[in-house]
Amino acid sequence: MQFSLLNLIRQSFSANQGWTEQWRSPAEPKPAYDAIIIGGGGHGLATAYYMAAEHGMTNIAVVEKGWIGGGNTGRNTTIIRSNYLWEESEALYNHAMGLWQDLSHALNYNVMYSPRGCMMLAHNTHDVQVFKRHVHANRLFGIDNQWLSPEEAKDVCPILDISKNMRYPIVGASLQRRGGVARHDAVAWGYARAASALGVDILQKCEVKGIRRDASGAVSGVDTSRGPISTKKIGVVAAGNTSTVLGMAGVRLPLESFPLQALVSEPIKPLMPCVVMSNTIHAYMSQSDKGELVIGAGTDAYISYSQTGGLHIATHTLDAICELFPMVRRLRMLRNWGGIVDVTPDRSPIIGKTPVPGLFINCGWGTGGFKATPGSGHVFAHQVATGEPNRISAPFSLDRFVSGRLIDEAAAAAVAH
Amino acid sequence: MLLIPCPYCGPRPELEFRHAGEAHVVRDPSLSSDAAWGAFLYARSNTRGVIAERWRHASGCGRFFNCLRDTVSDNILQTYKTGEPRPDLALDAATRRQLGDVAPDQSVAATEAAR
Repeated sequence: MQFSLLNLIRQSFSANQGWTEQWRSPAEPKPAYDAIIIGGGGHGLATAYYMAAEHGMTNIAVVEKGWIGGGNTGRNTTIIRSNYLWEESEALYNHAMGLWQDLSHALNYNVMYSPRGCMMLAHNTHDVQVFKRHVHANRLFGIDNQWLSPEEAKDVCPILDISKNMRYPIVGASLQRRGGVARHDAVAWGYARAASALGVDILQKCEVKGIRRDASGAVSGVDTSRGPISTKKIGVVAAGNTSTVLGMAGVRLPLESFPLQALVSEPIKPLMPCVVMSNTIHAYMSQSDKGELVIGAGTDAYISYSQTGGLHIATHTLDAICELFPMVRRLRMLRNWGGIVDVTPDRSPIIGKTPVPGLFINCGWGTGGFKATPGSGHVFAHQVATGEPNRISAPFSLDRFVSGRLIDEAAAAAVAH
Repeated sequence: MLLIPCPYCGPRPELEFRHAGEAHVVRDPSLSSDAAWGAFLYARSNTRGVIAERWRHASGCGRFFNCLRDTVSDNILQTYKTGEPRPDLALDAATRRQLGDVAPDQSVAATEAAR
C-alpha cells in the first residue's frame, strides 16, 4: 500500500487496521531465481531494488542469514558525504549523493535524509593542507565543499571549542553542506519494501552454506539453511563476512574484517546543527532526531568477527569528544556496539567480477559504506544484471590489486585504521 | 582489550602491542606474474575462526612473534616465536568447549568421560 495523505486519512477512519505488511516474507524460497543477492543490508536491498526497477529482473531473491538491516546498516553512524579525493571516488560517492536527494520519493518511504552539513576539523598544518586539497579537488569535480576558519566553523556549530589552549586546537575546517544524515533503518526498510513490491523475494534467516558450481566452474546455485536454490548469477554484498562467503567458492580477497564501534548518549535537547568529524584526534559526532548524540569510534587493531570492540577504543574517542565539546562531558552513554567492517588495502570498495563466472562482489566499503548505499546498489545492479561494470564502478574492479591501479582514500575514509 | 602472552615477556595488555597482520604470508620466488605479486601483497585469508597473526611487543621487548587466535571469540590459543612453524591445533576438550567448537551433546559426553 502506498503511503500518501489520502491513504493516511482513509486508514484513520478504519482504526489503522488496513495497513499491510511492508514487505512479503515468502514461506519457502522458490527452487530457482534469475539472480540471488547474498546479504540483506542496505547495499544488498538497494541492489535488488535497482535490478528490479531499472533492469526488469524481478525473479530475484535477497538471502539474509539474520534479519534485514541487522548488520552494519543498523550499526553505523548514518553519516552521508561525498568529499573524497580521487575522481573515481568522487564519481561514485557523488552518484550516491545525487540519489539521496530524491530517495524518499523514489521509494515512497521517508528515509529522513537530512542535509545538515558535514564538517571535518583540521588540527595541524598537515590537516589544513590535506583538507584544502580535498576542497579544491571536490570543487573542480562539482562537489560542494568549502574551507572555513575556526570562527566560521564555530558559527556553523556553536558548541565547538576553538580556544587556542587545547591540546589539538581547531585551525580550520571543511564543510560539505549537502552532507548530513539519514535514518539507517528506514533505508533498509524502504528498499526492502520497494523491492518486494516489484516482486523481489526477501528471505530472512536464510544463511548461505555453500556456493554450487557447474562443470565449467560457473555458479549454478547456493546451498542455504532453507535448502538449495538454483541460480546463474550471485551478487555477494556481505560486508564483513564477504571473505567467508567467497571462501565457499575458493576465492581469496584483499579484505580484512575489523570491529568498528559506535556509541549513543542519553537523549538531550538539540545542540548539534551538523555532523562534526575529526580524523586526527579520531572522533565524530552528530545528533539524532531523538536527541541522542551519535558517536563513532575507531576499529580494533586486529581481525575479529565478534561484533564488539575493545573498550579502550571507545574511551579513546570519548576523550577526544570531551576535548572538542566540553559541554558534553557530563553526559552518560546509553549503548555502545560494534559492527564488522571489511577493509581493503586502499580503503576503496571492490565492485565487480570475481574469477568465478556468474559470481559478483560488492564489498570493501570498510568504515564508510552507509553514505554510498543508493549509489552502491545502483552501480552493482548494473553489474549483476548486465554482467559488465558501468562507467562509475569500472575503476573499482578486483583487477586493480593486480594492475596496481589502487584508489587510495585512506585520508578521506576519516576513520584511522 | 586482549591480554596477550608475549613469548618473551609473559602476559601483557594489548596496549603494549602493535598488530602486524597475518602470519606465514610467504612469497613464492618461482612465481613472478602480476597476479602472484598482487596476491602476495594483498590477498588475505581473513578467516572466521582460528587464525595465525603477527604481533610486535612495541612497548616491551620490541620483538615480533606469532599468535593463534579465534576471531569469533577473540580467545588467544597460543603464541609462539617467529620462525617456528604454526602449531598443530590439537585442542583439548576444555579449550574446544570454551571456543564453542563442540556440539552440546559431545561436550556432555566429554564431561561424562572425564568423570
